[in-house]
Amino acid sequence: MLKILKYSFYDLVRSRWSLIYFAFYITLGFVLLFLNNDISKSVITLMNIIIVLTPLIATLLGIMYYYNSREFIELLLAHPMKRSAIFIGQYLGLSISLSISLILGLGIPFLIYGVLISTVIFDFLTLILVGTFLNFIFVALAYNIALSNENKIKGFGYAILLWLFLAVIYDGLLLTLLVVFDDYPLEKTALMGSVLNPIDLSRILILLKLDISALMGYTGAIFKNFFGNSMGMLMAFAILLVWVVLPVGRIVQIAKRKDF
Amino acid sequence: MIKIENIHKKFGKVEVLKGVDLHIGTPGIHAILGPNGSGKTTLIKSILGLVIPDKGSIKINGNNISHQWKYRKNIDYLPQIAQFPNNLKVSELLNLIKDLRNQNTRDQDLIKLFELTPFLNKKLGHLSGGTRQKVNIVLAFMCDSPLMILDEPTTGLDPLSTIHLKELLKTATKNGKTILITSHIMSFVEENADEIVFLMDGKIYFKGSTATLKKNTGMNNLEAAIAELLKENHA
Repeated sequence: MLKILKYSFYDLVRSRWSLIYFAFYITLGFVLLFLNNDISKSVITLMNIIIVLTPLIATLLGIMYYYNSREFIELLLAHPMKRSAIFIGQYLGLSISLSISLILGLGIPFLIYGVLISTVIFDFLTLILVGTFLNFIFVALAYNIALSNENKIKGFGYAILLWLFLAVIYDGLLLTLLVVFDDYPLEKTALMGSVLNPIDLSRILILLKLDISALMGYTGAIFKNFFGNSMGMLMAFAILLVWVVLPVGRIVQIAKRKDF
Repeated sequence: MIKIENIHKKFGKVEVLKGVDLHIGTPGIHAILGPNGSGKTTLIKSILGLVIPDKGSIKINGNNISHQWKYRKNIDYLPQIAQFPNNLKVSELLNLIKDLRNQNTRDQDLIKLFELTPFLNKKLGHLSGGTRQKVNIVLAFMCDSPLMILDEPTTGLDPLSTIHLKELLKTATKNGKTILITSHIMSFVEENADEIVFLMDGKIYFKGSTATLKKNTGMNNLEAAIAELLKENHA
């Protein structure tokens, strides 16, 4: 598995996409810091971008990488290798290279602007950690979709729908639900609803870190109560981890039965 | 060496293999022939474990291969479409496969034979179809395994490389290897194959030497004999 991981990683690190992705983050980091001239404000702006963009890029590159390497997978499968090793190796290679683009792309400008000696260092680290989790989650989801769909167009379609659903539609549905059942105590529902969507969960994690939850009223207080302590924080990361583990488990399962 | 018993495979509603029994015990070149869509590639891929049959068993040297992977140490495979990661260089791909297989290889001789030295530091994405096929052949022949499976090995090769390929096949048979080949180029098969397995509609219709096939059909060359076989079965 490590060999496959190594080669996919090298292959990806030199590909145009990783470079563009890295260049995008580094430019974004510098531009935001230059315009805001304030690290904590930049972290908030960044959050909004990371939470929507990281899943989108991870999903698209995941789907593209799988379909592009289909014949290569066939070649590898004809060698004495375990099936799961090939897929998990590729999955990790892609997730890690995307995460490195993110970590270096944002890390470099923020380091230069002195994030280490600022008060928001932990907020920034949470942001990077959450972004990394989102990479691992959405590459895994994309691999699930790609493995279940031979047809590339369908695969791309489902992947974009999945992203659209989790990033946009889900919030809309939740909000509609909250508005319709306005008269009932919905704090728990809101909490549950947000926790089940990795994008929402990531957003809340960062917002609470940034201490602007006061803007969210009573529900915000409930959230603060839940996530504010280390137990809630731990649970939130545990849920993100479950979002990684379940799809990866399914990758292994599908890979065992699939024909190439 | 290879014992296939009653394998069935369906892709969706299409039944590709309908109970194939095949025993390949002797070394030499065994050509698997058949019209398009007759199940040649599916059969080959079942032996490699790339396709998992719905029913039946495949044994190699007496061991059932279902969900195994170590037995592939003894198989070299040349896939039909030579597609590799575009960002890897030829030398890196060779190293990757050598690294994966952990076996002695003779890639240097093959690289010289197919004149691939100038391409070693080029990215695979920048190679022409024929050059890719040469890389494919080097990968398939470098490990010296006792069983070789070649799916349309002549695709895209220039005449000189085809001659080299034939020479490689000759030495391989001399060394006592078992080789399975699919090909649509009948002259290539006639010249090289020791045995012919004719597959149609997911079943084996004929298994035997070229001479027997010609005798049975009353034709004096393989192409005509195969055409006759097709006609007989359609009638």
